[in-house]
Amino acid sequence: MNSTDYDLVIIGGGPAGLTASIYAARARLNTLLLEKSAPGGQILVTDWIENYPGFPEGLSGADLVVKMTDQAKRFGVEIETNQVKSMDVADTVKKLVLNNRTVTCKAVIIATGASPRKLGVPGEEEFYGKGISTCATCDAPFFRNSVVAAIGGGDTAVQESIFLTRFVNKVYLIHRRDQLRATRILQERVLENDKIEIVWDSVLTSVNGSDAGVTGISVKNVKTGDVSELAVEGCFVWVGITPNTSFLNDAIQVDKGGFIVVNAKMETSISGVYAAGDVRNTPLRQVATAVGDSAIAAFEAANYIETLEGH
Amino acid sequence: MAENILDVSDSTFDSEVLKSDIPVLVDFWAPWCGPCKAIGPVIEEISKDYEGKVKFFKCNVDDNPVTPGNFGIRAIPTLLIFKGGEKLDQIVGMVDKAKIEETLNKSL
Repeated sequence: MNSTDYDLVIIGGGPAGLTASIYAARARLNTLLLEKSAPGGQILVTDWIENYPGFPEGLSGADLVVKMTDQAKRFGVEIETNQVKSMDVADTVKKLVLNNRTVTCKAVIIATGASPRKLGVPGEEEFYGKGISTCATCDAPFFRNSVVAAIGGGDTAVQESIFLTRFVNKVYLIHRRDQLRATRILQERVLENDKIEIVWDSVLTSVNGSDAGVTGISVKNVKTGDVSELAVEGCFVWVGITPNTSFLNDAIQVDKGGFIVVNAKMETSISGVYAAGDVRNTPLRQVATAVGDSAIAAFEAANYIETLEGH
Repeated sequence: MAENILDVSDSTFDSEVLKSDIPVLVDFWAPWCGPCKAIGPVIEEISKDYEGKVKFFKCNVDDNPVTPGNFGIRAIPTLLIFKGGEKLDQIVGMVDKAKIEETLNKSL
């Protein structure tokens, strides 16, 4: 086996990547963790995490990230602000092209997560940051005492709509079906919240506004075809996620949604390359599932590297 | 906080940012914003690489509502880049370090 810069490179510094780094460091793998911005990923925008065991009162996404990052650093994990532009992983020596250099390693864990999906309706790009948002904890205070819309019906849309009501006078929750997909406890909370009006069977068709920002949205009832205008100053979009996999270049098998296909060992279609967390094909995307995936991925990566070295 | 990133307020914005003789990056943030706190160290790293070429400021939107209002900011973190008193670029949300550098380079 030729020598490489690292044993393992972990791509992505959210809960999945941070967990993998903790397990890898404790397995004494020479590990590099790459994060393109700041550690945390999607949970940074989560106002309150109350289903991650061990924190009975719940905690903010930002606080959980700090704790996970501290834990990784305690075991000597090297975190670098950099990103993978492309990779060549077919052989036993894996090459990753970063912004300013190329690194080699024996195994890779892809934990790049996902980003909020866009609807692609007129006005969505134009008013991003001027009324359109995907982060209630960041932006709700800009909409104090106003009327806003939220789009979606899953856990994120429902939980964050409830958070919005601490600041705004009213939330129209626009959902394309006649029932919510969110977990039951969240459904119960949203249905009994006086400030939230659910607009059933409806989809966003455009975001309207002026230079000053958003003034309203157009929604279409999918059953009747009727289009109506709602006067809102803000529009929060929570319609699912799209995997962060643009650097893969078809080198690794993905499913129809673009999520990386793995087996029970979190191994991808290429040996020595693993995927964990939101970026993989999984029925549930939570902090709890991301950390479970990553523990397995790091354990299996360590086994794989040991086999390569012929121990 | 790194000393190369100074606070700017509604009252000092004109003199510090708009009248600056070199390009300026202003990081609009608030203590309650998780991504703002996370992106802080990234901006700090960048500020070291651009020392002397670009001035860096932070503007707390809780304490200074006028300036973000003037620029129609309704999301944070928002980074605004100024040159010669004019707004050149606006970056909204958590973005890659590389993207921030790329945008900054356009102002040089």
